[in-house]
Amino acid sequence: MHELGLAAAILDRAEAAMRAHSRDRVRRVEVAVGELATVLPDNLAFCFAALAADRPGLSGAHLDVTVRPLAVRCMDCGHEGRPERIETRCPRCGSRHVTIASGQELEIVALEVE
Amino acid sequence: MTERIELAEPVLRANDIVARRVRRLLEEAGVYAFNLISSPGSGKTSLLVRLLEMLRGELRMLVLVGDVQTDNDARRLRHTGVEAVQIVTGGTCHLEAPSIERQLIGRRLAELDLLIIENVGNLVCPTGYDLGEDAKVVALSVAEGDDKPEKYPGIFARADAVLLTKTDLLPHVPFDPRAAEGHIRRLQPDVPIFPVSALRDEGVAAFADWIRARAGR
Ligand SMILES: Nc1nc2c(ncn2[C@@H]2O[C@H](COP(=O)(O)OP(=O)(O)O)[C@@H](O)[C@H]2O)c(=O)[nH]1
Ligand SMILES: [Mg+2]
Ligand SMILES: [Zn+2]
Repeated sequence: MHELGLAAAILDRAEAAMRAHSRDRVRRVEVAVGELATVLPDNLAFCFAALAADRPGLSGAHLDVTVRPLAVRCMDCGHEGRPERIETRCPRCGSRHVTIASGQELEIVALEVE
Repeated sequence: MTERIELAEPVLRANDIVARRVRRLLEEAGVYAFNLISSPGSGKTSLLVRLLEMLRGELRMLVLVGDVQTDNDARRLRHTGVEAVQIVTGGTCHLEAPSIERQLIGRRLAELDLLIIENVGNLVCPTGYDLGEDAKVVALSVAEGDDKPEKYPGIFARADAVLLTKTDLLPHVPFDPRAAEGHIRRLQPDVPIFPVSALRDEGVAAFADWIRARAGR
């Protein structure tokens, strides 16, 4: 259940950004979670709401979680895309010579303040 | 009036910053570090005891071992004569970079060759937490089922080496090493996989060689 710690980190960052922009309310926070980032979006949203409730300016803020699928970049044919299953293989030419382009990230994308 | 603030930054940025400091400290002192990750009870501490016995005459080592409670593991490791420090997380399911940095500050790191971090037993939560290590080593015991790499792709995708532990139990459990290897290779075609039994002291030497090649003086 590391989602609790992640939710706290997201709230801290949102609060700091709200202050830095001299605002007093956060309405929405957008995060992106790679499908290999081992984070459960529902757990994260639950923890976020529970912790936000006690924080001035953050209670009631909405957390939007977007899941970013695994994408690989092929070193042989240059293609970038989603493999057919969870594997590091180019979906176009079948090469295993790829790097993970996305799907491992855990990112705070943006927030809306008022 | 609502305003949109673009951040596009890692959620774990605070941890990442400390991890980078740890990495620099270790690099400057010429210390190689690996972070050992597995489910609880996969045999991390037992394997490390064997590894320390094997390497103690050659490499200067320090072990940091994370557990939710007790310093049992640090005591087991210290029997080898190598310094081992317990980090009790008190409930947290993974180690974070600040607790590693705290242990390193004020130490003469130049007098070390190898830092071993035994993470809290968990295949999920440690995944995204950089500790400043050079390598993540993921252990999977044959008693856990050969489909674990398929169920926990996040951590296996980041592994720099995989240990298949407790191989002495293979005759007693339905575990197909080739299937496990297939799942691991689907994510990482070239990752080294070491079958080991700490109990019978089999295969540990091959892993010790892999460490030596990286941490050797
Ligand atoms: N059969 C067998 N049991 C082992 C082996 N290594 C560890 N164990 C047992 O597995 C249990 C957990 O081991 P431990 O090293 O504490 O695992 P950790 O929680 O991953 O550090 C203990 O009861 C060990 O005796 C092994 O190679 N073979
Ligand atoms: Mg242990
Ligand atoms: Zn390709």
